[in-house]
Amino acid sequence: MKFGVITFPGSNCDYDAYRAVKEVLGEGVEYLWHQDRDLREFDVVILPGGFSYGDYLRTGAIARFSAIMGAVKRFAQSGGLVLGICNGFQILLEAGLLPGAMLRNRSLRFVCKYVYLRVENNSTPFTNAYKIGQVVKIPIAHSDGNYFGDEKTVEKLEESNRVVFRYCNPGGELDDHYNPNGSLNFIAGIMNSRGNVMGMMPHPERATSQLLGSSDGRLVFESMYSYLSAKERRKVS
Amino acid sequence: MSTDKKPRNPHLWRVDVSLKEGVLDPQGTTIRRALADMGYKNIKEVKSGRFFEIELDGDRAKEAVKTLEEVCRKLLANPVIERYEIKRL
Repeated sequence: MKFGVITFPGSNCDYDAYRAVKEVLGEGVEYLWHQDRDLREFDVVILPGGFSYGDYLRTGAIARFSAIMGAVKRFAQSGGLVLGICNGFQILLEAGLLPGAMLRNRSLRFVCKYVYLRVENNSTPFTNAYKIGQVVKIPIAHSDGNYFGDEKTVEKLEESNRVVFRYCNPGGELDDHYNPNGSLNFIAGIMNSRGNVMGMMPHPERATSQLLGSSDGRLVFESMYSYLSAKERRKVS
Repeated sequence: MSTDKKPRNPHLWRVDVSLKEGVLDPQGTTIRRALADMGYKNIKEVKSGRFFEIELDGDRAKEAVKTLEEVCRKLLANPVIERYEIKRL
């Protein structure tokens, strides 16, 4: 099993993502440079958090033209798993690999804190280790995480069960006080229609140990692991 | 009003990018509230956005607009949330 973590100029969670794969799963993981173009040997590509290209123009707007993004598109088309975390999610939106866009947080502030999320769909390669409706504690750290999509887009996401995580209160209820950025429908994470590309604003790679305050993020990595192991077993038998 | 008269540069264009109608504009709203707190009660709405001054080679306006339209769609504006306007300076 091989994971790749892309480093864009300005990425700053690439090491966290790398370490999460290595320590949580003990699987092979390599850094990818934004100018690389070949992803054939990888099973998963992670677009990490950070401030690619200084967040100039719009978050993710410049990174999406990096040489590697053409390869990421082809990789996604061929069924490879793509996980975008925070700035990685913003890049996937700008690249059109996921629908919608990010607006400034309604508070206009950079918000860095633990939030509660409700798992809305656990039959995905990224969340199969969670229980449906499970409430998890994972941190966010962003200025532009206020998810927006036009009515049609959001309706389609909801109908096809592609909202994977929603912000909620500790009891798992949707509560405006616990929507940290003003996201439409409390959206914290979504996936594409094929189910192999997911973007989420919260940082699971920062919640992999109780020592850090929460280990709830480990299950995102463990989910990908079980999905890929099952796929490998099917190939062998 | 500014009174300095610089010679007009025919290659200079301006692109305004702002949020589409119906898209929440937290910056505009906050600025409007701040203005109301300062006593400007007659300011009803503020919309935020950004502009770009772009210098292009070539004299043909039609081609310039075509290029700028393309650049707006691809990079300067995100069509999901933003609209753009191209003007000659």
